[in-house]
Amino acid sequence: MTGTVAYAYAVARDPDGSLEEALGGLPGVADAPVRLVRTAGRADVVVAVSEVPARDFEEGALRAHLEDLDWLEDVARAHHRVIEALAARTTVLPLRLATVYLDEERVRLMLEERLAAFADRLSALDAHVEWGVKVYVEAPAEAAPRAGPPEPDLSPGRAYLKRRGAQRHAREDAYRDAEEAARRIDAAARPYAVDRVQHRPQQGELARGPGENVVNDAYLVSQEHAESFRTDVLRAAEGLSGVRVEVTGPWAPYSFATPAEAEPLRRAAQ
Amino acid sequence: MTEPAPRRTGDYPSRAAPYGQGSSANLADILERVLDKGIVIAGDIQINLLDIELLTIKLRLLVASVDKAKEMGIDWWEHDPALSSRAADGNRSLAEENQRLRAEIEQLRASGTELPAAEESPPKPAEKKPRKSAEESPPKSAEESPRAARTSNPSRTTRGKKAEARPRKKRDSP
Repeated sequence: MTGTVAYAYAVARDPDGSLEEALGGLPGVADAPVRLVRTAGRADVVVAVSEVPARDFEEGALRAHLEDLDWLEDVARAHHRVIEALAARTTVLPLRLATVYLDEERVRLMLEERLAAFADRLSALDAHVEWGVKVYVEAPAEAAPRAGPPEPDLSPGRAYLKRRGAQRHAREDAYRDAEEAARRIDAAARPYAVDRVQHRPQQGELARGPGENVVNDAYLVSQEHAESFRTDVLRAAEGLSGVRVEVTGPWAPYSFATPAEAEPLRRAAQ
Repeated sequence: MTEPAPRRTGDYPSRAAPYGQGSSANLADILERVLDKGIVIAGDIQINLLDIELLTIKLRLLVASVDKAKEMGIDWWEHDPALSSRAADGNRSLAEENQRLRAEIEQLRASGTELPAAEESPPKPAEKKPRKSAEESPPKSAEESPRAARTSNPSRTTRGKKAEARPRKKRDSP
């Protein structure tokens, strides 16, 4: 194997051929500059790539590296940085992390083969952004049952039970509020949303934060409505206690790069 | 598409948030997207797709349900200090001790030593043995888990239908 292989980040639209220059040698994965690969037939659909060291990205090494969270984080952030830089200027279809080819010629062949599908999807996503919307149930504070003076005529045992009961109610209320928030958000988002994907709620080690994530959705929204979407969604859950709504983005359309019924694309790749 | 419209404060290449929240974006959110979304194409350097799926499952655990993972018998993160503060030594040594004790018990059993029955029932050692060992066999075959998990990956399967064909013009819709 030669010294380098081609790491592919994304497919992008380059209408006037100015994209590569606009990227200005943006450092990508392994600090390698980002370049664009295009076909002879249709120059406005490109694949962003970097030449990366083969020793880190050939099969065995890659597999080992991917298990190393520090390495993975660096690559993930670099990958994401390139996607964002592209998305700031044009329409982009992110590829999954660590899509690696032997060389740029191989990338070109892949592009040639899928050109029509890519072009279609790029058109569909033109001038759209992705918003992440998460709903959290905030755990009611343990020590703060509805305040008030201790009721003197309750025995300690009853007082305890009453306190626990109040806590349980608070938690139930919070979940009910979360459901209500989800409903209102959906109603607020609907007028703007072109598409929606529901992701698994984040509950792992990396996602530790206040509260429990119960909704983790991604919406595809036209750029024109991007800010209204955000404002309306955030406003939708106002006044619901015990619920926190977080809107992340705008993201490049990661969650929508593959059209809904496009699992076959993946199979065809085999 | 002719104009890369004035998207946000597009004064790239200043590193600060050219598009979304830039480098400040939460790692869980980034990993979720770069690993689990996006177009999947098998490149030349193929990590066996199955490995990727497995990896994705592992990583998804970082952002997904830990309980679910434990159900599937996946708990590697508990032993990886980089990933879990709980992981440190405590857990590992506990697990090791547990293993060692089990091995000892097996050895004792094999050598025919009478062992007291489990705590919850009165001593009837002879009958207890088979039941106990059946209980101890792993709940589900661990090899199954990746596949099981893959099919239950909601983010690929519950893709909402096209919610609306087009963004509706403001609020003139019913």
